[in-house]
Amino acid sequence: MKRLLLALLCLFSFSVYANEPTSTQEEATDKEAFSPGEMILHHIGDAHEWHFATLGDEEHGTHLTLPLPVIAFRPGKGLSVFSSSQLAEGKTYDGLKLEHEHLVSEDGSKVYDFSITKNVASLMLSAALLLLVFTSVARGYAKRGSGAPKGIQSFFEPIIVFVRDEVAKKSIGPKYERYMPYLLTVFFFIWFNNLLGLVPGGANLTGNIAVTLTLAVLTLLITLFSSNKNYWHHIFATPGVPKALLPIMIPVEIIGIFVKPFSLMVRLFANITAGHIVILSFISLIFIFRNIGVAPVTLAFGLFINMLELLVAILQAYIFTLLTAMYIGGAVEEHHDADYQMGGGNGADEAHAHAH
Amino acid sequence: MQIVTPELGLIFWQLVIFGIVLLLLRAFAWKPILSSLKERESSIEGALRMADQAKLEMQQLKAGNEKLLADARMERDRILKEATDVSNQLIEQAKTKATEEGSRMILQAREAIQNEKNAALAEVKNTAAKLSIDIAERILRRELADQPAQQQLVDSYLQEVKLN
Repeated sequence: MKRLLLALLCLFSFSVYANEPTSTQEEATDKEAFSPGEMILHHIGDAHEWHFATLGDEEHGTHLTLPLPVIAFRPGKGLSVFSSSQLAEGKTYDGLKLEHEHLVSEDGSKVYDFSITKNVASLMLSAALLLLVFTSVARGYAKRGSGAPKGIQSFFEPIIVFVRDEVAKKSIGPKYERYMPYLLTVFFFIWFNNLLGLVPGGANLTGNIAVTLTLAVLTLLITLFSSNKNYWHHIFATPGVPKALLPIMIPVEIIGIFVKPFSLMVRLFANITAGHIVILSFISLIFIFRNIGVAPVTLAFGLFINMLELLVAILQAYIFTLLTAMYIGGAVEEHHDADYQMGGGNGADEAHAHAH
Repeated sequence: MQIVTPELGLIFWQLVIFGIVLLLLRAFAWKPILSSLKERESSIEGALRMADQAKLEMQQLKAGNEKLLADARMERDRILKEATDVSNQLIEQAKTKATEEGSRMILQAREAIQNEKNAALAEVKNTAAKLSIDIAERILRRELADQPAQQQLVDSYLQEVKLN
């Protein structure tokens, strides 16, 4: 499954690179030429400014953009903070310039880019939203005590209870309570950001590999730090495996530790990015055909995929949370017999099947 | 390969902001929410258990009431039976007493009658004797001079005559 995904990804990125020379050629001959690959990559990628729309043509029109702060750290030179509008349209500022949305220095020295990019801004927005929503939910509990929930509280309560009962309790077991804050935060973080990514003009945060990488590493760290003797015993002396096979089994098990979070990272990234690419592709059809006749098809398919993405948004949040809970459950489990395979193997496969 | 290359800046911000969100939500949202949920669930569970207990108690009370009622009924029946018995006994006693009294009175009456009869007979005897003597005296005053001899003879005759 994972290999297939990677292969797909590779195919996709190759095709983009294959497209690029032709599109630049076309641009050379025809300024108006539209390159869907470039447009899509631009939309799903990160940016140093938040671009909403362009009124008029690319060259002379008005760009509705929100400039964001650039924060660059160069060893020796220190920190430099300035507005991204200084770098607009290939301008150079303080010896820095943007190359394909990548901050580089003119003299080729190393630059560490800590800019508040579009994704970071969206991340901050979602963080504020999460805090706002869930503190108000918590206020509902403080106000109504153990009475019936109301308003926003009654909307989120079944979801919180679902994460607790169906995800945490079933996958982790009696020690689930310690992991509830992480599981709930991951679930709602992914869900909210998936939805924010679907808003026109929104950033593709959960479809960014850096974000999914961070979340997967956090899951890995939590799994490793909460692992007990049984977990390591299972890795270094797998029960029921002949001693002679251990030299093969141990490396496989160790790879397994890292493959699990790697699959989390790739699954979320690929699912969300793929959804965006599909929607953008349908929209691109309009610009490729330059014909109003194609609009109904584009709209219908775009709408359909958008609805699907709404489902995928919560599904991926659920899968990420469920698998995280299963990995933690495997690490804290006390009795390590056939149950382990259930928790780590079958369940995960089932979830994989769900994911696609 | 740009889209599959994680960028340091975003990793840094993601780590920082997600960490802050996690800590803040844990303190101000998840802990109060989860504890309230737990509290509510335990209160619901407690209420359900209490309802069950109340039902059980109700049943026990009902059973107790029924037992009390049955006891009262039994008591009533017993008292009624006792009263009937006592009244029957009383009637029986009264009847026996009355019969006894009746027969005693009859006996007394008989005795009295006998006595009266005896007295009457004795008087009749005396009167008859006096009459006979008078009659005989009158007869014999003329005919017999020896009155005592005559009297003796009459007495002996009278002795012979047994009047009862």
